[in-house]
Amino acid sequence: MVDSGTLKVAPTAVESDAFPPDALLDAYRIMVLARATDERCLSLQRQGRIGFYAPLMGQEAAQVGASRALSPKDWVFPAYRELAVALDRGVPLRTIFDQLLGNANDLIKGRQMPNHFGFRDENFVVASSPIGTQITQAVGAAMAAQRRKDAIVTIAFFGDGATSSNDFHAGLNFAGVFRTPTIFFCQNNQWAISLPRDRQTRSATLAEKGLAYGIPGMVVDGNDLNAVYAAVRAARERALSGGGPTLIEAEVYRFGPHSTSDDPSRYRSEQAVAAAKQNDPIARLKQELVTRGIWSEDLDKKLGEDVRRQVLQTFEAAEKVAPVDPRSIFDDVFARLTPRLEEERAEYDARMHEGVEKP
Amino acid sequence: MTELNIVQSINRTLGDAMRRDPNVLLLGEDIGVNGGVFRATDGLYKEFGADRVIDTPLSETGIIGAAIGMALYGLKPVAEIQFLDFIYPAFDQIVSELAKFRYRSGGQYPAHVVIRSPYGGGIKGGLYHSQSTEAFFCHTAGIKVVVPSTPADARGLLLSAIDDEDPVLFLEPKRIYRSMTGEVPDGEVRVPFGVARVAREGSDVSLFAYGAMMPPALEAAETLGQEGISAEVVDLRSLVPLDEAAVIHSVEKTGRAVIVHEAARFCGFGAELAALLAEKALYSLKAPIVRVTGFDTPFPYALENVYLPNAGRVVHAARNAVRAS
Repeated sequence: MVDSGTLKVAPTAVESDAFPPDALLDAYRIMVLARATDERCLSLQRQGRIGFYAPLMGQEAAQVGASRALSPKDWVFPAYRELAVALDRGVPLRTIFDQLLGNANDLIKGRQMPNHFGFRDENFVVASSPIGTQITQAVGAAMAAQRRKDAIVTIAFFGDGATSSNDFHAGLNFAGVFRTPTIFFCQNNQWAISLPRDRQTRSATLAEKGLAYGIPGMVVDGNDLNAVYAAVRAARERALSGGGPTLIEAEVYRFGPHSTSDDPSRYRSEQAVAAAKQNDPIARLKQELVTRGIWSEDLDKKLGEDVRRQVLQTFEAAEKVAPVDPRSIFDDVFARLTPRLEEERAEYDARMHEGVEKP
Repeated sequence: MTELNIVQSINRTLGDAMRRDPNVLLLGEDIGVNGGVFRATDGLYKEFGADRVIDTPLSETGIIGAAIGMALYGLKPVAEIQFLDFIYPAFDQIVSELAKFRYRSGGQYPAHVVIRSPYGGGIKGGLYHSQSTEAFFCHTAGIKVVVPSTPADARGLLLSAIDDEDPVLFLEPKRIYRSMTGEVPDGEVRVPFGVARVAREGSDVSLFAYGAMMPPALEAAETLGQEGISAEVVDLRSLVPLDEAAVIHSVEKTGRAVIVHEAARFCGFGAELAALLAEKALYSLKAPIVRVTGFDTPFPYALENVYLPNAGRVVHAARNAVRAS
């Protein structure tokens, strides 16, 4: 009943969709870098050196697998946990840290909490906190690409909780009606803050929610880089050949807290997390690399040390950057300052001159 | 010049903008084959086709979310929300997303969407086809809000909205869509944002209004004139950005202010105008500021005419303001 039309994708179902073996090591390095960044940032937040952090640990294969199946010209509409996608698309770690710190180099000028980044050069649209809002936007961008006859797809990243949001339903519905080249990539990490997956829906899978909108759904093992890559690649091919959108549910597990403001011990057991970690996507890929004879424990140990050093040094360099200019608070509300904003800035300047405002 | 009513002027302007710029496209409910429930997009589907006059599923968050995606990608979408009363499913997309895209991306991702929406009472539309909730949007940093009251301004402001670089909420006074005609320039004569229009000069009292409250304000000024009270009528046209200088200048001249809007009084746009005058024109005031507004009730069906401000109430308020000093 529930499986009708739900396509289960085997890791290498189609030979041409298999992850290119010569790129496996590179993908692995990105995953290790993302994990090391997560671990460091959780610690930096506890030390008060960054204000907030939302880790992705457990979702590395899902993110890098999806990212590798895309073209740089495709548009990514992220949620706020897509660090590995950003790194994989070539965003420098330093640029990420500038955003986490909200310093003078931050591309978004210190306007948003950590993790809510965006990078125009990498076609990585800026994130926001409301859940699911990027889904309809990804569909609109795909409609625009269709109109321009650009051979690209848009991909919306979201979690299991977002499948309860208004924009999930509106977005899938629009995508179905207009047959847009959109990939809906749901990282089902089993938790929406404290609520387990079965509190979001009675559906047996999230992927089957596509069916009622006329959209094929796939469930993939999100801990399997190859499976995710194959699924996203197939969805992308389908979209580019005019076949329309696809909903992919990548099953993963959120190893860490929702964010540094969350205490998961209030709602889930250590044993459950430990069990999920048996299926760690990084350990799994490492095993594959070792089996293929292109990796070893020694090389892995060295990579871990190198990456941890790189992460710390990069962060410490970003920490030395000056804070964001207070007067920039008035910029980018509109393309140009309105008379009212000019006045508010002039008042601020005057108070600064009088010593009322702290520089 | 062509003699048009407001909805004809909007229709013609949309067509002109689409002819000039292939990036301009329309999306909304019933706007294509049907030409819009108020016929604002009549004939455009036939001329531009289903790809540029897009009939969407019935989902306001879908309409605005999709419009944002299109704008990020470089198109110039003009979205129609069939009635302002139905905009709330898209409130999150407008307030959390559209209005903040430029800011939250540090200028990397501007999102220029024009949202057209008929607003206001006077058509026997009851609670859900009548409201004037412009203040919600004026309160949100990052979106401009304009309201024409004449066929010429409808064209001039809509041209400016489509050319603007920022999101614009273009509110259409549906009560006066067809109630009068006026000369509309055939060329692309823009009305800049942030510039109010003195619709009638006067020296004793300033009447501030916009949209569908302009006709009663002008009628009131006429009546007051017969009583020997010279009323100036200022059509604000652009609520965000607001022409503060015009508001202050008028009160410096008359010393009295009557603010007229359909929306409920409490925290309505008039409160901002009153605060502005208190902050910047207090010593010019000869009488307390008066607001003539809708009641602080939901918008009623059978008692619509009790709810809506009319010329009589404006005359009464202005007379009292003049007599008070």
